Order: sequence, then structure tokens, then C-alpha cells
Amino acid sequence: MELLLIFISATLINNFVLAYFLGICPFIGVSNKLSSAFPMGLATTFVLVLTAIASWLIYFLILVPYHVEYLQYVAFILVIAALVQFVEMVIKKVSQPLYRALGIFLPLITTNCAILGLALFIVLKEYNFMESIVFGIGAGAGFTLAISIMAGIREELELANVPKAFQGAPITLIVAGLLALAFMGFAGMITV
Amino acid sequence: MKKQVSLVREYTKGIWDQNPALRQLLGMCPTLAVTVSAMNGIAMSLAATFVLVFSSFIISLVRNFIPSQVRIASYIVIIATFVTIVDLVMRAQFPAMSKELGPYIPLIVVNCIILGRAEAFASKNGPFRSILDALGMGTGFLIALAALGGIREILGSRSLLGMQVLPDAFEPWLVMILPAGAFLTFGLCLGAINALLNRKKNKEEEALVARHMEQANLALTDVKEG
Repeated sequence: MELLLIFISATLINNFVLAYFLGICPFIGVSNKLSSAFPMGLATTFVLVLTAIASWLIYFLILVPYHVEYLQYVAFILVIAALVQFVEMVIKKVSQPLYRALGIFLPLITTNCAILGLALFIVLKEYNFMESIVFGIGAGAGFTLAISIMAGIREELELANVPKAFQGAPITLIVAGLLALAFMGFAGMITV
Repeated sequence: MKKQVSLVREYTKGIWDQNPALRQLLGMCPTLAVTVSAMNGIAMSLAATFVLVFSSFIISLVRNFIPSQVRIASYIVIIATFVTIVDLVMRAQFPAMSKELGPYIPLIVVNCIILGRAEAFASKNGPFRSILDALGMGTGFLIALAALGGIREILGSRSLLGMQVLPDAFEPWLVMILPAGAFLTFGLCLGAINALLNRKKNKEEEALVARHMEQANLALTDVKEG
């Protein structure tokens, strides 16, 4: 039950993109077509779950026992960079079509603040191992949901008559604001 | 030999022409997240500027020793070191502000402004120019964050830097201090800046056309008289 609450909270109520502003770069940059936004969401989810596992293990099994918690930022960012590189290599070996579909997005994920944000939140909220994994899945699902909805809206927006000054980033941000307002409807659904 | 840009220009370009937050749209995560009040925006941008200046300095010093395959990883480690310093100092000296900014201080590590300047500028220029560039970008970031934070604070809690500026009769717009308000304010600001720039560009174009017309007319009268 506790795990379900963490999942719902990370997906809908405390959505990484719309409530914490994590992963804004791909959210604005890769959300113009649904066909690229959805794979991007899935790739990010995949890395988020792996990061949740790796950062939990590193923090609670290595950094805490040796009292070197102050190394956490350096350790996390190196783990994430190595992980993304590793995932890229594995996908390239295992499935060429998948690699071609995700190829360009994978390196971008390293500098996605959602990934480092997840590692930091796991430490901050002192989740246990299972909770961390569920938190990672939930955050990924929330990111995929937000970026997919955004891409759907932006595909329609192509046909709209937007004032010249607001074309591009400004109108996208305003749409994101309205989306954030809509997601506020979920607040108070459960309390965590 | 490439023509060198003046040192003053190296500093001032970050303030408006290449303002990282408002013109290049880099580092949007802290821009949106911490601008609930002007003070938070200022603290955030000072922390980011510190990291930016010192990491640019170090990176420009070691730029010739790092093999290009591992440069990004090396930059990130250098940046993460300075972020750790900022975080520890803030926790010790300004615990309230540190709590307020929460995970967004450590997230400076993945801020695109810092890695962007490291890759685009510090890895190609000497230490002195890199520091000037970093200071300029930091100033631009400060202006952007203070302005956004100011707007949101005035409308969302009718105060500026903690002092009440609007009368009690003004009902605070709650939405401005919520996440949605950040997206809306930033989007509207960008739109306003674009409108301003478009108008300036149109005016310049009109002036150019008018000048050409005048010259053409003069040439025509010359021909007629001659």
C-alpha cells in the first residue's frame, strides 16, 4: 500500500516536470512530436529506475558506512554518466532497431536534471530499497505522461495562429503552465 | 588569427545579448523552481555564479591536458566539486536559505549554463577571459532570476524582498507562487522580450528601407537634372 502511494504521488501529485521542474530541457526540447516524445519518456524511465537502484546501493552501502556522504554529488553524477554510457552500449549490442530509435536521446539523458534529482530525493526522503525502485518507476511514468501530453498538445498547436512573439518557447511554457494547473487537481488526492 | 573580442564585451555579452536564462533558455530548472521570491532567485544565482566562475577558471587552466574523449566527464567532476563546496558553506552559514532551495543547490551540477560555458568558452579561452565570461553570464543569470522572482513575489505575496509593497486591499494571486505561476510568468516574459526585439528589428529595417529610398530619390533627381 505504501509503495502504491509512492508511485501515485511521484506520477501525478508531485510530477517531476510539472511540480519540481526537473527534466525541463527535454520536456521543452523533444516534445514537438509524439513519435519522439514517447520513446524519450521510456528511455528516461529506464535510466531513472537503474539510477534509483545504483544510487541507493552506492549511498547506503558505500558512502554512509565510510562516512563520506559529502562525496555524494560527485559519486552520483559519475554513476549516472557511467550508467548512461553502459545502457547505450548494451542496447547497441542487443537490439539495433531500438538503438537507432533511442540513439540520439540517450547521451542527452546524462544531463537531465530529473536523473540527479531522483538520486537526491532518495537520499533526502530516506527511502528503502524497494521504495526507491518504485519511486524511480513512478517518476519515469510521470515524466512520460507529461511529455506525451505536451507533445500531443504541441502537434495541435502547429495549426493554431500564435502571435509572432509567442511562437516557439514562450507558448510552450504557457501551455506547460496550464498543464501544471490541471495537474494541481490531483493535489490532496492522497497525503504522503 | 581570430579577431579578439574586447575584454569589456566578454563581460557584457552575458548580460543581455547572450543572457543565459532569457535569451539562450539554459538552466531553466532553477529559473522556474526557485523564483518564488526575489531573495531566493538572488541566492540561487549567486551560488550558480560562484560555481560558474571557479569551474570556468579551473577548466581553462587544465584545458590543454584533458583528452577530448573524457572532457565532459572531467568538467562534470570539477563542477560537482565546487557545488559540494557551495552546498556545505550554505548549510553551515545560511541554513534557512539552504533548506528553502533544497535539492536545487546540488542540481547546479547538471545546470546546462555551467557545462555549456565550460564546453563553449572555458575549454577554448585563457583563464582571465573565462572568468570575465563566467562573471558576465552569472550577472545575466542574476538579473533574470531576480526579475522573475520579483514579479512572482509582488503578485503572489504582495511583497518584494520581504517588505510589503502592495496594499492589503490587493488580493495576492496564489497561482503566482505555485509551479504553474512559474511557467506562466516565464512564458509571458519571454513573449514580451521577443515582441520588444521584433519591434526594434522592424524599426531598423524600416529605417534601412527609408534610407535606401532617399538615396534612390536623390540619384533619380541627379539623373533628371543631369
